[in-house]
Amino acid sequence: MSSPLHIEAIQLAYDTPRGLHTVVDGFSLALKAGDIACLFGPSGCGKTTVLRAIAGFEPLRAGTVRLGNVLLSSTQAHLPPEQRRVGMMFQEYALFPHLSAAKNVAFGLRRLDRAAQQSRVAEMLALVGLAEAGERYPHELSGGQQQRIALARALAPSPALLLLDEPFSNLDGGTRERLTTEVRGILKQAGQTAVLVTHNEAEAHAMADRIGVMHGGRITHWLDTAA
Amino acid sequence: MSTTRRQPQGLRAAGPAWRCASLLIALGVLAPVLTLAWLALGSGVGHWGPLFAHVLPQAALNTALLLAGVGALVLAIGTGCAWLVTAHDFPGRGVLHWALLLPLAMPTYIVAFAYLDLLHPIGPVQGAIRWVLGFDSPRQFRLPDLRSLPGAVFVLGFVLYPYVYMTARAMFMTQPAHLMEAARMLGESRRGAFFRVALPLARPALAVGLSLALLETLNDIGASEFLGVNTLTVAVYTTWITRSDLAGAAQIACAMLFMVVALVWLERHGRQQQRFGSAQRMRALQPQRLRGAAGWAATAAAALPVLIGFVAPALYLVWESAKRLHQGGGISRGLVASLGNTLALAAGVTVVAVAAGLVVAWAARSQGSRPNRARWQARVATLGYAVPGTVLAIGLLTPALAFDAALATAMGWQGLPLMGAGVVLVVACVIRFLAMPVGGIEAGLARIPPAIEQASRLLGETTAGTLRRVHLPLLRPAMAAGALLVFVDAMKELPATLLLRPANFDTLATWLYAEAARGTYEEGAIAALAIVGAGLLPVVLLARHQPGTPSNPIGAHKT
Repeated sequence: MSSPLHIEAIQLAYDTPRGLHTVVDGFSLALKAGDIACLFGPSGCGKTTVLRAIAGFEPLRAGTVRLGNVLLSSTQAHLPPEQRRVGMMFQEYALFPHLSAAKNVAFGLRRLDRAAQQSRVAEMLALVGLAEAGERYPHELSGGQQQRIALARALAPSPALLLLDEPFSNLDGGTRERLTTEVRGILKQAGQTAVLVTHNEAEAHAMADRIGVMHGGRITHWLDTAA
Repeated sequence: MSTTRRQPQGLRAAGPAWRCASLLIALGVLAPVLTLAWLALGSGVGHWGPLFAHVLPQAALNTALLLAGVGALVLAIGTGCAWLVTAHDFPGRGVLHWALLLPLAMPTYIVAFAYLDLLHPIGPVQGAIRWVLGFDSPRQFRLPDLRSLPGAVFVLGFVLYPYVYMTARAMFMTQPAHLMEAARMLGESRRGAFFRVALPLARPALAVGLSLALLETLNDIGASEFLGVNTLTVAVYTTWITRSDLAGAAQIACAMLFMVVALVWLERHGRQQQRFGSAQRMRALQPQRLRGAAGWAATAAAALPVLIGFVAPALYLVWESAKRLHQGGGISRGLVASLGNTLALAAGVTVVAVAAGLVVAWAARSQGSRPNRARWQARVATLGYAVPGTVLAIGLLTPALAFDAALATAMGWQGLPLMGAGVVLVVACVIRFLAMPVGGIEAGLARIPPAIEQASRLLGETTAGTLRRVHLPLLRPAMAAGALLVFVDAMKELPATLLLRPANFDTLATWLYAEAARGTYEEGAIAALAIVGAGLLPVVLLARHQPGTPSNPIGAHKT
């Protein structure tokens, strides 16, 4: 049940001792349901800040963020992160170290009854190819496996939008290449709307339908993709 | 483009309840101090006159002399032993390395209690000396009386030196060896290199340890009173208890607060300097092997503080307890009741302090890039460790009595509902020991990346749900360690308990205090033994965390 994403002219800034520091200014993005967009640019261009704003961790100074027909953020309103139906894969995975892989995946499924939870967890673990790893704990998994569990956990509650923050930067070259195509396959199969942030051009091309090049806090131009 | 500085409602909605609770706790910690200032200023200058003339000068002089003496002694013992065990190898070094921490388990008032009996003119030590020298009456030979200022310096110095020992040892262990080697190449002897390089480098660490030891000295009431030294702490106590002069007690307490501020400044200053001092980690100093007589001399020197500060008084307590039990006296009902009271008090303080510590640390947690405005609340909430128990108690009395009176009138009750139920005592202990759970939980939270919290929120959990399902399970070890430290310190607490306990409510500590004050020495040893036994637990915990990291070596115990 993915939704289209509409971001209109948002402005994001930090309070610093020397006054307001504007990171993102006049950023807009429109994304059809099921599309994968990539924000591409050097570190410090504001791409991760945009992601955090969509997730609900940054207040807007101007503009609006809409998901489907729900207003997520504006200068007046701010839906808390847990009510946004936005999932996220973190750069450092952020798996809960005290929970097994299966419990991690089940974390966001509290509203389902036990049987429904179990079948959804099994489905997700199978989707990422780790059906056998449910009982293992994060520290017992390799980097690539943690990555897949993080993906399964983010997809399990069927988010309307998935955010991926430099999801492959902690993996070695071979694993990274294999996983990018695999993750794209999984997202496409689920018809998942997604926004990916990366500074790796090959990764951007392998994953995204559209690549927005960011500079100075806004998208300066779009790159063609082979996909 | 219009820029709004106002934050939208939803983003703040996650935090205000925690922030408010944390703010209330911080204000609660400040309340007694602010009350004192108000009392001392409000009573007018006329009241200060007699105080300045009669009480303050003598008590302040005694306190200053006591602080100076204890300071010199803890610096000498703590630094000397730390240098011995880090830079030398000698028989028994491995054991002494941690055994030197043992006096931390001995509250000052218990050591004073033990030595008063041990060093009594007709006690075992002086008797033995006379026997060796061939005298047969105390009239022919006796040691100087322990009940004096030097006696108090001796007793306090030998139990408080571990604060300096811990910080100094951590510093010496992390000092890069090449600095010492450079000094040697420039023609310094090993001893010269110690005094010209190692010691100056360790100065910030020594300042931290020294200030903690002196804060304990200022807090002490039992040892000073048993040994007849009229310090400011004792003056606060007698002014209120025997003369019922609350304003006078508040004024003396205010004078003590100035000393506290100076000592806290010394500690903070030391910690700041320390950060620069131990920036790089390099090859550590290689211990020098001491052979033969020199080795055994080192063993004796490092063992002496352990013997005086822990082994001798502990053996005395065991011996006296065994004697008492063997004589068939059994344990009186009163002592059993005070053991129950002590455990109940300690448990109550622990639960409240850990819960409050969790609120404060959680409200002050880092949430990614954004600086947290509630951080100052955590710093204020942890100031209580520096305020002596008597000062805290006097500061709490006025608001507590006023609140109790209002409550009693409103509900139509008799007496003092909160004081009588021990609530005020619990609050005082929580204020004093809050720094330990806050520090521990903050350190635990710092190890959990902010992305973990964000992941939970995006999976549909609220802030409170995230705390319950994610952070609490991960914080369990930090909270358990904090709880143990608070529990033991609450068991040992004497000064605030003396002033704030409900009528006919005795803890092991006040039981011991009453016996020592009466000079009856019946079951005091049993009470003391129970306290020391509990006190050993955190010391064992501390010893197992060897070798201490230089960043905050006392973290586990005091701050």
